[in-house]
Order: sequence, then structure tokens, then C-alpha cells
Amino acid sequence: MRVLLVDDSKTMRNIVKGVLGTLGVTAIEEAANGLDAVSKVDAFKPDLILLDWNMPVMDGITFVKTYRAKNKTTPIIMVTTEAEKAKVMEAIQAGVNNYAVKPFTPENLSKIIETTMAKVAAKKAA
Amino acid sequence: MRINVQHINAFLEATKAVFETMVKLPVTFEKPQLGTGKQQYDVSGIIGFSGDVVGSVVVGFTNLAAVQIASVFAGSRLQVGTPDFADAIGELANMIAGGAKAKFVGQNVSIGCPSVVVAVSHQISSPSSAASICIFCNTAAGRFVIDVNIQSSVNAPASGAADAAGGLKASIPAGTAA
Repeated sequence: MRVLLVDDSKTMRNIVKGVLGTLGVTAIEEAANGLDAVSKVDAFKPDLILLDWNMPVMDGITFVKTYRAKNKTTPIIMVTTEAEKAKVMEAIQAGVNNYAVKPFTPENLSKIIETTMAKVAAKKAA
Repeated sequence: MRINVQHINAFLEATKAVFETMVKLPVTFEKPQLGTGKQQYDVSGIIGFSGDVVGSVVVGFTNLAAVQIASVFAGSRLQVGTPDFADAIGELANMIAGGAKAKFVGQNVSIGCPSVVVAVSHQISSPSSAASICIFCNTAAGRFVIDVNIQSSVNAPASGAADAAGGLKASIPAGTAA
């Protein structure tokens, strides 16, 4: 599985990379904000995008809207401190597939990733 | 300044969640107290709030505590003044502020991206005369302070991202490096 990891915090990217490592993911591209992700996503061709919300330059929700406007269907999981119901709804309506709230345990994030990918696979098979 | 007890409790709960979940350090709290306005820190993570709650929150450390806590969080030994060190402190402040914000039920609040100040014995001062609430936190890796200087702004329209420094100024003693 190829994962595009978008977060302005290198510390958080390293933590998430550790979680991805436990899932056997080794093909990881990093981006520090939404605009950086826009510039990398087409060339990298990820199977999954893990996306922070609050970032400088271009935030996560703007990236989602920009990306989905191009009819791109790659699953996106928002990984963010934004935990309010209204924010979750906004993200889902914009095209996010799933949502993980910081702080998270490695087990929680792993489960969310696995659940999301399983749903995507089931949808493709249907 | 009208102190909202729910806001203070939100920071206590968010800090506990961040430290126990992602830093793997149990944290205990001392009784919250009024800030003197003259608190000094060596390292500060600052987050601005806007919308229905305005102001800022400072997570303040001594150098030693900041290094130890940031290193445990990052999973590697960090040095004061490096980008990785500032990144770890900023992300801790971001998660604490974001976690607290999520508990401000029914309020439309935005937080800004974190700013980090590194300078021995600097002082964070507010342009307002409002007193802050200081929550002293103890962990096995060191003690730190959450300096909460926010208030409800019922009539304020919700706005976009808050100013990173939240209107605060850092007062840095002469002869120290920022």
C-alpha cells in the first residue's frame, strides 16, 4: 500500500510512519501542507491519504475539496485535533472517507486505517 | 476577565489525554491558580484562539523539562533550538489546545498554528489587563505550565484561523538567543 502522509508537524509524521510500519507500509510520501500534497499526489499515486486539518499554506479541508473536485477517489482519512461533530460532518461532506482524532493510540489509528481500506475494497468488489 | 471553569477543565482533560495517549507519561495537576503576569519560561508553545472564545494559551517549560518531554514524545533525543525540537513542542501545544477546544460545547472556535519561543527566562505578556489561569502539570519527565488566557466572546463572529501569537508578546531578556 502506498500512503501520502500530509501533516505540517514532522514529529507527527514520524509517529504516524511508525504506525504505518506496523501495518507493513513502506511506500510513504510526506507532504508538509495541502499545497505540497497537491504537488506530489499525482506523481506518487497513493492508495491512501492521511491528512491533517490545520496546516499553513493550504489546510486539509481545502486539499480535500480541491482533490475531490478533480473526481479523484483515493481514500482520505483526516487525522486531526478537530474533534467537534460539525467539523467531522464538514470533512465527510467534503469527501473524507474516515476520521481519526488526535491524540490517538497506535492501535486506534491502525484500526481506522484497516477499516477504511476494507470498506474501500468491499465497495470496489461490489 | 470572566473565568469559565469549563474552559479550565477542558484543558485539564485535554492535557491528560495527550500525555497519557501520545507521550505515554502520566500527568498530575496542581490546583489552578491566577497567573501573576510575570511567569517566566525557557520554552513556550503558544496557540491563539478566535471566534466565540478569544485569547491564547501558552504551554511553558524550563529547558530541561522541555527537552525531556519533547524527546519522550518524539521518540528520540532532541536538542533545544533545533527545528525538530520546536516542532515537537508546537505539536504538543496544538494537541492540547485542539483537544480543549473540542470540549467547548456549542461554541464556534478556531485555533491558529502554534508558535514556539525558545529563550531563557522569557516572559509572555498579554496586551489586555486580564489575568490568566496557570495550571501546573507534573510528569516523570518534568514540570510544565499551561497558561490559559482566554475568555468567551459571545457576540464575536466566528472567524477563520486565529493569529498564531494570539496578540501576545514575548519579552526576552537581553543576551539570550531566540
